[in-house]
Amino acid sequence: MSEMRLQRWLRSPIVWPLAGLALLLVVNLVHNPAFLHIGVLDGHLEGQPIAIFNNGARTLLLALGMTLVIATGGVDLSVGSVMAVAGATAGALLTSEHPQFHALPLVLGVSLGVGALAGLLNGVLVAYAGIQPIVATLILMVSGRGIAQLISHGNVLLIRSPGFGYIGKGFLLGLPFAAVLAVALYTVAQLGLRRTAAGLFIEAVGDNPVASRFAGLATARVACLAYLASGLCAALAGVMDAANIGAADPYRSGENMELDAIFAVVVGGTALTGGRFTLLGSFVGVLLLQTLTPTLVFLGVDPPVAPVPKALLIVIVCVLQSDLTRRWLKNLLPSKATVSVAGRVAS
Amino acid sequence: MTAPLLTLSGLGKKFPGVVALDGVDFNVRAGEIHALLGENGAGKSTLIKVLTGVYEADVGSIRLAGQPISPASPKEAERLGLSTVYQEVNLVATLSVAENLCLGRQPGRFGLLNWPALRRHARAALARLGLELDVDAELGSLSVALQQMVAIARALDLQAKVLILDEPTASLDEKEVADLFAIMRRLRGEGLGIVFVTHFLDQVYAICDRITVLRNGTLVGEYATADLPRLALVGKMLGREIIAPEHSPLRATTAAGPVTAPILSARSLSRTGALHPLDLDLHAGEVLGLAGLLGSGRTETARLLFGLDRRDTGELQVKGQSARIRSPRDAIALGLALCSEDRKTEGILPNLSVRENLIIALQARQGAGRPLRRSEQEQLCGHYIRALRIKTPGPETPIRNLSGGNQQKVLLARWLATRPALIILDEPTRGIDIGAKAEIEQLIAQLRADGLAVLFISSELDEIVRNSTRAVVLREHRRVAEFSGDAITAPRLMQAMAGGHQSHE
Repeated sequence: MSEMRLQRWLRSPIVWPLAGLALLLVVNLVHNPAFLHIGVLDGHLEGQPIAIFNNGARTLLLALGMTLVIATGGVDLSVGSVMAVAGATAGALLTSEHPQFHALPLVLGVSLGVGALAGLLNGVLVAYAGIQPIVATLILMVSGRGIAQLISHGNVLLIRSPGFGYIGKGFLLGLPFAAVLAVALYTVAQLGLRRTAAGLFIEAVGDNPVASRFAGLATARVACLAYLASGLCAALAGVMDAANIGAADPYRSGENMELDAIFAVVVGGTALTGGRFTLLGSFVGVLLLQTLTPTLVFLGVDPPVAPVPKALLIVIVCVLQSDLTRRWLKNLLPSKATVSVAGRVAS
Repeated sequence: MTAPLLTLSGLGKKFPGVVALDGVDFNVRAGEIHALLGENGAGKSTLIKVLTGVYEADVGSIRLAGQPISPASPKEAERLGLSTVYQEVNLVATLSVAENLCLGRQPGRFGLLNWPALRRHARAALARLGLELDVDAELGSLSVALQQMVAIARALDLQAKVLILDEPTASLDEKEVADLFAIMRRLRGEGLGIVFVTHFLDQVYAICDRITVLRNGTLVGEYATADLPRLALVGKMLGREIIAPEHSPLRATTAAGPVTAPILSARSLSRTGALHPLDLDLHAGEVLGLAGLLGSGRTETARLLFGLDRRDTGELQVKGQSARIRSPRDAIALGLALCSEDRKTEGILPNLSVRENLIIALQARQGAGRPLRRSEQEQLCGHYIRALRIKTPGPETPIRNLSGGNQQKVLLARWLATRPALIILDEPTRGIDIGAKAEIEQLIAQLRADGLAVLFISSELDEIVRNSTRAVVLREHRRVAEFSGDAITAPRLMQAMAGGHQSHE
């Protein structure tokens, strides 16, 4: 039976990002035995692992929404720009002359609402107007920065609101609030998608949209909602970004982060062709990418050269989880069972 | 007659598990229009693909004007003089007519285009067909018929000796077909050999000189059109001998009709290019067979009933209530189910498990917020895996790992799990083994006994005869006959499918 379990594990898309993460940790521990050390500073936890989680919180949020969009067979390139728009919206409200606009619920509600609207626009263009996802979301990716600058009048808005800042750099029971929020959202999303049939609907639409329509699924609505979720996640990441640095930067906020999010999802084992998705995989994928950056610094790689080893690692993980490699590895394993149980692995 | 222009002899082509062509001979003479006919799986498209260099034949030879040839690619076939125009226009809609006509063989040097020469070539190519078009117009702005003719002009531009027209008339209206035929006659007069693939028998008799019939990858025969009556032709396509048509008066069908109100009734249901206005009633406890040749409108009828296509006219009533069916969701909510003929693209969710494939329609009807409990799902799976004898390692196996017959059973189970009042089965036995076929026929009888209404679409006459309590025949998108009970016999169905002068309507 243990052989079967081993096989099941090797078939799981999450094995390779986990292995990559483990490898990175080993490399770091060899160089710096204190890498995983977690200490207490000013009453809250600090250390490299905490920093990785904290810095990764925004990418985690983007990857959450991106997983759903990719599972429907699409992609959302606009998330970085939507971050900037949501951040600028929050900044504009918090720096407005009218104090009644400074109320935190209002600021959050409007910023997230803007993100939802952006996601809805993407979803309508893709699912109802039938525009290719890359093109449809490229529209907002390009124009989003302009909209953000329009909202902030081209300025970087400095935000001095301790309550708002808490979202980006506060601590909850000694843990960074941003990371706690991200983990909580993954948990809620996992339960919400797997305890209902929503996750199945998304996978069905991504696996075969025509057959899904024949089976009576509202395929366009399912896809549209995935983009809406992605827009919401991006807006929350944008708010978090503005809160973290204490400023809404329409130029730099979220720049190139859509690519990190897509990388994390793919490395995590959700195929770009749509269908099966795993939120846990995306989560591990983000941690892998986030650990890579400090590792490269430790190893003395010049920052301008850093993307090259990063790209190499991504390629390796993707090749390892390809069907071909997995079949090859499976054949290497001695196996008595003729029919292997293809399990739907914990996702 | 002159020696054949194109000769295929003993052509054979195997694919894993299928013999697509088995020792087929085919001859085309210069200056004739030659119909290539056959039902699904007859080998027409394989033959054309071998001719045009898409596939290489395993055995056999091809001679063009006496010279042995073996085209290795469509490009080489074109260079040799074998040109093909497909049903779907394979041109670039956003380029101009002239650009499309010269694409891939542009006049000019060093990558620069000689525009005046390009336009001149284009006009000359169109003139050969007697067409006068603005060569600078964007191709996409033309009607499908004109695009089709541009495609023909492009094919002929290449000094073609043989022109292969693969279902060129499928999306044309009557006037456009007449224009196309005028061009075909003109080219025949120029000494071209034309191979014409179509599903419309009227067109075969209107324009073709000779007919070659294929069935299941083998040659049935080659005939002069004038010597082959329609009924005999249909018999050859379907693989049955003609039995003398029965002249006994047919039993009135309405008198034998069930007393119950229909579950579904359609009145003057139509869609341009797919179906002429059609009336259809379906009652509980009956199997209505829908027969007709390929392209006669059977699948189109199913799609309209199930809300997959928008109908142009017509009314639908479900259980006596006027029904608004605009999507499969609406249809399913009203208790309809459709098991599509195209299992791969319209049926299975390949990477999802047998369990997920089985429950998806039921779950979709319930909505995401009311998930079936895992135990309920497993119970449903267990029940249908046993009842339909689905061979699968387990309910969690991805459905793509199952054989065609077992995939089909899972799809049937998907629909039965929704407890439909009416189930439409479009070619449910296609591409599955004999044993599974028999089981599916048994299931149809069981469903009828359980009081379901079944609309059964099949290309196999014997299946219609064996399983139907009533049968409707479609021909060229029209309902042409109805039989019920013992009056459903293969010869009668065949006669209605063939139509033409011998029909006794």
